[in-house]
Amino acid sequence: MSVQHVPLGRLRTPFYERMVKLDTLNTWHEWKGYSTPDALYCAETEYFAIRNATAVFDLSPMTKYRITGPDSLAYLNRLVTRDMAKVKPGRVAYAVWCDDLGQVLDDGTIFHLREGEYRLCSQERHYDWLITSAIGFDVTVTEETADIAGLAVQGPTSYSVLSAMGLDGLGELKVFGLMHFDFEGTELMVSRTGFTGDLGYELWITADKAEALWDALFAAGQIFGIRAIGVHALEMSRVEAGYLAAYQDFLPAKATVRNGRTRSPLELGLEWLVDFKKPNFNGRRALAEEKRRGSTWRLVKLDIEGNKAAHHSYIYEKSKNNRKEIGFITSAVWSPICKQNIAIGTVKMPHGAPGSTVWVEIYYQREMHWNRAMAKAIVVDKPFWFPPRRSATPPGPY
Amino acid sequence: MKTYDAIIIGAGHNGLTTAAFLAKAGLDVVCLEKNEYIGGATVSREMYKGWLYSSCSYVCSLLRPEIYRALELHKHGLQVTPFGGSCQFMENGDYFGSYHDPEEAYREMARFSRRDADAYERYSADTMRQCRLVRDNLLRTAPDPTSFKPKDLMGLAELGLKFMDMGEDAMYETIRFWTMSVAEYLDQYFETDVIKTTKSGSGIIGTALGVYSPGTAYVLLHHYMGDVDGNVGTWGVARGGMGAIADSIAGALQTYGGELRAKAGVEKIIVKNGRATGVALESGEEISARLVVSAIDVKQTFLDRMDKSDLPEDFYNRVVNFKIRGSSGKVNIALDGMPTFPAIPKGSTLYHGDMHFIDSMERMERAFDDWKAGTWSKDPYIDMLIPTLTDPTMAPPGKHFMSCFVQYCPYQIDGRAWTEPEREAFGQTVIDQIANYSPDFKSLILHYEVRTPEDIENQIGITEGNIFHGELTMDQLLFNRPVPGYAQYRSPVSGLYMCGSSTHPGGGVMSAPGANAAREILADLRRTNTVPENFGDD
Ligand SMILES: Cc1cc2nc3c(=O)[nH]c(=O)nc-3n(C[C@H](O)[C@H](O)[C@H](O)COP(=O)(O)OP(=O)(O)OC[C@H]3O[C@@H](n4cnc5c(N)ncnc54)[C@H](O)[C@@H]3O)c2cc1C
Repeated sequence: MSVQHVPLGRLRTPFYERMVKLDTLNTWHEWKGYSTPDALYCAETEYFAIRNATAVFDLSPMTKYRITGPDSLAYLNRLVTRDMAKVKPGRVAYAVWCDDLGQVLDDGTIFHLREGEYRLCSQERHYDWLITSAIGFDVTVTEETADIAGLAVQGPTSYSVLSAMGLDGLGELKVFGLMHFDFEGTELMVSRTGFTGDLGYELWITADKAEALWDALFAAGQIFGIRAIGVHALEMSRVEAGYLAAYQDFLPAKATVRNGRTRSPLELGLEWLVDFKKPNFNGRRALAEEKRRGSTWRLVKLDIEGNKAAHHSYIYEKSKNNRKEIGFITSAVWSPICKQNIAIGTVKMPHGAPGSTVWVEIYYQREMHWNRAMAKAIVVDKPFWFPPRRSATPPGPY
Repeated sequence: MKTYDAIIIGAGHNGLTTAAFLAKAGLDVVCLEKNEYIGGATVSREMYKGWLYSSCSYVCSLLRPEIYRALELHKHGLQVTPFGGSCQFMENGDYFGSYHDPEEAYREMARFSRRDADAYERYSADTMRQCRLVRDNLLRTAPDPTSFKPKDLMGLAELGLKFMDMGEDAMYETIRFWTMSVAEYLDQYFETDVIKTTKSGSGIIGTALGVYSPGTAYVLLHHYMGDVDGNVGTWGVARGGMGAIADSIAGALQTYGGELRAKAGVEKIIVKNGRATGVALESGEEISARLVVSAIDVKQTFLDRMDKSDLPEDFYNRVVNFKIRGSSGKVNIALDGMPTFPAIPKGSTLYHGDMHFIDSMERMERAFDDWKAGTWSKDPYIDMLIPTLTDPTMAPPGKHFMSCFVQYCPYQIDGRAWTEPEREAFGQTVIDQIANYSPDFKSLILHYEVRTPEDIENQIGITEGNIFHGELTMDQLLFNRPVPGYAQYRSPVSGLYMCGSSTHPGGGVMSAPGANAAREILADLRRTNTVPENFGDD
């Protein structure tokens, strides 16, 4: 019998060889089995490529499923909490899906590629859940993670770069829209989406065309300051944009062991994604009940005084006397673009209403010695970074 | 007639900063600017179609992040992007690169001297120790050592404590540091001429002193004490040119309800019964206010815009003697493409940093000798940067803007005005020096602008075009800036304040003088303070 042995060690994405050529730091880590760079030149420079020029991030390891069949819309509408009927072909939706208890399994983006044909893209793997949920629906769910290569092309000059690459008509594309182009005889899908909160696009193509796409992109981008980036830079921009990261700001419900470690969409500030008016969906009853009774947790975005990043900090109600611990920070960064000390955290209800003040205990080290600061923080409800260019249509040249 | 709470004279970045913080506190303010554009030395303008020139200042590091944050400048379009490194081209065809990455920097120094490479750690720590002392004082008013007010006593005590806290050795070092030359300072660490030359540049920028002149070690610190996102000593470019800084502060000012008027040059500060009551514009219009804040330099303020009879004699004489000599010029160039520099490898990160074309301390000192003799340096220290490699917005894609800061360039030639052929020759000196290291550079020049200190004075008013509004020597710093007894933004005339770079902590695109002045004014008016505190770094 001929056995197909699994590859051992880390997998290489379709762009690996191209990234290695640019890499000067040699610091990589694992992402869903693939090697992915922390940074290629300098995390700081790469961050500024996102905010100042064009940054290219390899997102091929993102888990991808193709969903087709006559019942695909009904199926997705049952799966996720938002109303997918409103997401027309050529549109993309950010969505969460829950278990029966209304606890978030994951978040992701759903691309309505063509009438009745979707791609679901997420951080975690969900084939088991997707197949279980498909019972009774005439749909096909196909895992296509390794087949489709993905590149995020983000930053103020990204539109100029893609136009220079010959993607005519891209100027009309609105935020959360997608378009198909021909790239050397292969279909290239471009969506105006991203994880940076800036002007930007994501490019999707079959893996065999990945390198050719990369080369065309970098040739066109050279005069626009294009740069490949690693995860560190992306992570900074992600927090500035106020986006959540699985395993950091929430845990996929199916992966938790301890009681009370899961979160509902309401507790993650994603109530806008829950549509109680649409037909039944997974977790609906539990979420309706939670809405009536009140949630246990609240996700907060914090604008913290001072300049010391509040990694892993506890959040308190008061700074002195009767200090009550009300939550903790899950993501923190000094924002170079806003010159703000920002963080995402979780607090117990009813604390953390927008505009309210909480206190954050920050430990920081200076020449071996540790210092502690109690810093005042304001709960904000808007993303920290939300520039007009993100949604300008057509986008400006810069 | 309307009476404003405050008039701010000059829409440079400091005047705008003061105005913004006063407006934020609810004051009814107007900021008056003589030119049709704002920003003063923090400006970028389209000097050639499709190109934005940062005509004066070109890089940003000193701008206090506390102020950036408090005024929410990112909401008004400001983005400061750091760039790494610098390169010193050598006459023998070699070069010395300063890299952002510490290990790359180490290897490059070791290429010249392993000992120097190792000494860098000690140099860095010693310089950072001095930096900490200074950085801590940027967003504070300098305490007055002769005053018995609790605020001053506290301030002095704090300063004293910080000083004592440095440790005995460092205290001796500090005194030496503040008075020594940058050359002597560097001699304590390095043996390689080109390494010392590279580091000495910051000691003389904007300063009418040579690398061997006492006092230049401090100037080095002034260029090292800034930061971009906490990386002390790092410099960045403002997206859209330095004008984006002034424009964003103006945006904040207008959001807080403050007014901004261009083409409103102030002819005279009006003083009645020993109190400033408003200003008279060049147009003859008079505007009245409860107080007047001058953001123009101390000489223009008191010698040109006031009657001598309104000022105490001693004060007046001190202002007359304030050192504000012009010593720097600029050549700004539009390029049709990216010039090559064959000495450095293709694709090197060094292209993104600043470049210099002078490789010995001897040449640095000779450059100063020319200035002393009343002419521009024939072999100058040029701080050249191509910001368009970092900022895509200043020139069309694929084209570039080159900024050349030139030390030394006198205010006048032999004590008389520059002639046109002399300006042209000064520009050529700069272009020729760069062309020595870049064969295709000259052929790429589309347009250029030459700016002597005299031009700078004519355009934005700074006396002698001195980039810092007065030299940064110990006798003109802290409680002596601009003059002893008036270092707390108040003047001898009641209701008249100063907030420009002539005041503590001095020149550079920092916004600290403007913010400190606003804090003092608000305190005098018993209004809620809107000016942020130092982030601190213990
Ligand atoms: C050539 C050059 C290069 C420099 N490079 C750098 C650099 O790269 N980085 C850095 O940090 N610093 C640099 N500096 C220093 C820095 O730019 C200045 O110290 C700083 O911008 C001064 O700001 P200010 O607001 O105090 O004064 P100014 O910018 O001088 O503003 C004063 C304003 O007042 C206006 N004005 C004058 N007279 C009147 C009047 N009578 N009525 C109304 N308005 C009037 C002027 O037009 C001007 O707008 C440079 C300076 C120069 C000149």
